[in-house]
Amino acid sequence: MGQLKLENACKSFGNVDVIRDVNLDVQDGEFCVFVGPSGCGKSTLLRMIAGLEDITSGDILIDGQVVNTTPPSQREIAMVFQSYALYPHLNVRDNMGLGLKQAGQPKAQVASAVDRAAGMLDLGKYLDRRPGELSGGQRQRVAIGRAIVRKPKLFLFDEPLSNLDAALRVQTRIEIANLHRELGATMVYVTHDQVEAMTLADRIVVLRDGRVEQVGAPMELYNNPANEFVAGFIGSPKMNFLNGPALGAVGKSVGIRPEHITLAGSGDGIEGRVSHVEHLGGETLVYVHADPHGLVTVRLFGEHAYAVNDRLVMRPDMARAFHFDENGHRLHPAPA
Amino acid sequence: MANPLFSARGNLGRTAAAHAILIVYTILALYPVFLILINSVKSRRAIFNDPLALPTAQTFDPIGFQTVLEQGNFLLYFQNSLIVTVASLFFVLLFGAMAAFALAEYRFRGNLLMGLYLALGIMIPIRLGTVAILEIMVAAGLVNTLTSLVLVYTAQGLPLAVFILQEFMRQVSDDLKNAARIDGLSEYRIFFTIALPLVRPAMATVAVFTMIPIWNDLWFPLILAPGEATKTLTLGSQIFLGQYVTDWNAVLAALSLAIIPVVVLYLIFSRQLIRGITKGAVK
Ligand SMILES: Nc1ncnc2c1ncn2[C@@H]1O[C@H](COP(=O)(O)OP(=O)(O)OP(=O)(O)O)[C@@H](O)[C@H]1O
Ligand SMILES: [Mg+2]
Repeated sequence: MGQLKLENACKSFGNVDVIRDVNLDVQDGEFCVFVGPSGCGKSTLLRMIAGLEDITSGDILIDGQVVNTTPPSQREIAMVFQSYALYPHLNVRDNMGLGLKQAGQPKAQVASAVDRAAGMLDLGKYLDRRPGELSGGQRQRVAIGRAIVRKPKLFLFDEPLSNLDAALRVQTRIEIANLHRELGATMVYVTHDQVEAMTLADRIVVLRDGRVEQVGAPMELYNNPANEFVAGFIGSPKMNFLNGPALGAVGKSVGIRPEHITLAGSGDGIEGRVSHVEHLGGETLVYVHADPHGLVTVRLFGEHAYAVNDRLVMRPDMARAFHFDENGHRLHPAPA
Repeated sequence: MANPLFSARGNLGRTAAAHAILIVYTILALYPVFLILINSVKSRRAIFNDPLALPTAQTFDPIGFQTVLEQGNFLLYFQNSLIVTVASLFFVLLFGAMAAFALAEYRFRGNLLMGLYLALGIMIPIRLGTVAILEIMVAAGLVNTLTSLVLVYTAQGLPLAVFILQEFMRQVSDDLKNAARIDGLSEYRIFFTIALPLVRPAMATVAVFTMIPIWNDLWFPLILAPGEATKTLTLGSQIFLGQYVTDWNAVLAALSLAIIPVVVLYLIFSRQLIRGITKGAVK
């Protein structure tokens, strides 16, 4: 009742290939997140699923039906945009109800669907206001409400939280997670925010240059990245890539997450000099400069009194390290 | 909405300076109009003796307005001008906005060339084609009809309208149009209910630019529709301008009357210029 399948989906603008050979299966009720650097084609892929962008080759299937040429309004999808995209001339009620009204549903039914969605999102007070008379957070909730009212098979979100301030972002993120639980609907969500991806997703799709780099559950990507790109992209702060040969490792680089390094005053380990310290209360980030590895981030739990220019040694937990060759492919060397 | 001139950001000195400049400019710009208005109600002798003086009890003479309203079919001319201007304006805005929307919104082969072709008319004056236009109108049996004028003025106004509106159509949020597509609105509904209201200020600007030359034109009425029934105001007023004698009272009165509809139309459009309902559409 909300399955999405992409088969060799491609998209080019003129002779620029933006999406190349994407294969993807999203199960009914799944929360699937697309992440990737800016310009990698996340929005384009989402718009192809919505039908706002023609697909150059390949197939898009919703519930087993090929929808390549189906117009957006008949794909039974709903989309929430980064810019909210509310109709400025309509009040909140009409904004949310327009889709159903266009589909020819009776007035009473539209009204009850709008009221139900407004109830879920706490928008009851604002139903008669125009979008111009709402705050950013309220506008985004109206946009989400407009999506809910349509009772779509598939929810599509394109960076819906990136125009909100930090506190509101966290709150709306939780609201979206709750919504997913309540509705049990299939959702595809585009973001470039680590935390959103890790916290919301059942599965994350990592894209680069229009190609899928890896698909998996958040912890799968964190614990078992397929290559250097995914390893560097998932996790915050970013994974450190140490010089492989200097450590006597097989590959060109050794990836180690900041949380998997411990510090000591002296003894065995990689010697380095503290170049910056960030105290966050719950954790402390220590930036250590070490030749020939460059700047290494170390994440320590709790408060620590390191000062700039302190000399110390780092001890990476090599059991949790990842090895990569010069092309960024993951190596699986036998444990020493 | 707060007027920025009076907000906390502006200080009194700057406000005064800005207003002084605007007032001087207003006086300069309106002075000729003012002269026309005061002289239109003066006697012929008074106009020549002291053209800058205000009408007094002795010099007051509505003879100009009497002549205009009695002689000729002034009201008919007036009506013709209004029909031609409003109809042309309607078509220029409608088709101009439609073409602009298509050029800005859809990717198709030759999009850029089409845009350039449509904008070419800005550089080439339509009067160069007068002979051909006349031939076409004769062949179509449209000589001495208001239709011929509406057609020509629509063609004349379109290039600039397409050119200006295209830029504004591009600025209409893609997300908004896409949201409407997902809600099942047709492309026509998207154009009329979403794009058009958002470019209303630009439409008003184009309307003002388009309207004035049409209202004032003498050339095409003279060539295409000189008949008594289809004379426009500008053409009709020519009877008061003779080679040897000019009835200045009548000319000035006709001019004064001719200002009214332009001012009315301008007031309508400038309201639109100011009204901003776009706030809150996106972001
Ligand atoms: N209409 C278009 N014509 C040509 N190229 C386009 C068009 N739309 C997008 N592109 C290109 O396609 C690529 C992918 O764009 P897209 O908007 O999907 O990126 P994105 O992953 O969503 O990035 P961001 O995180 O910045 O939103 C970009 O390189 C962009 O320049
Ligand atoms: Mg994007």
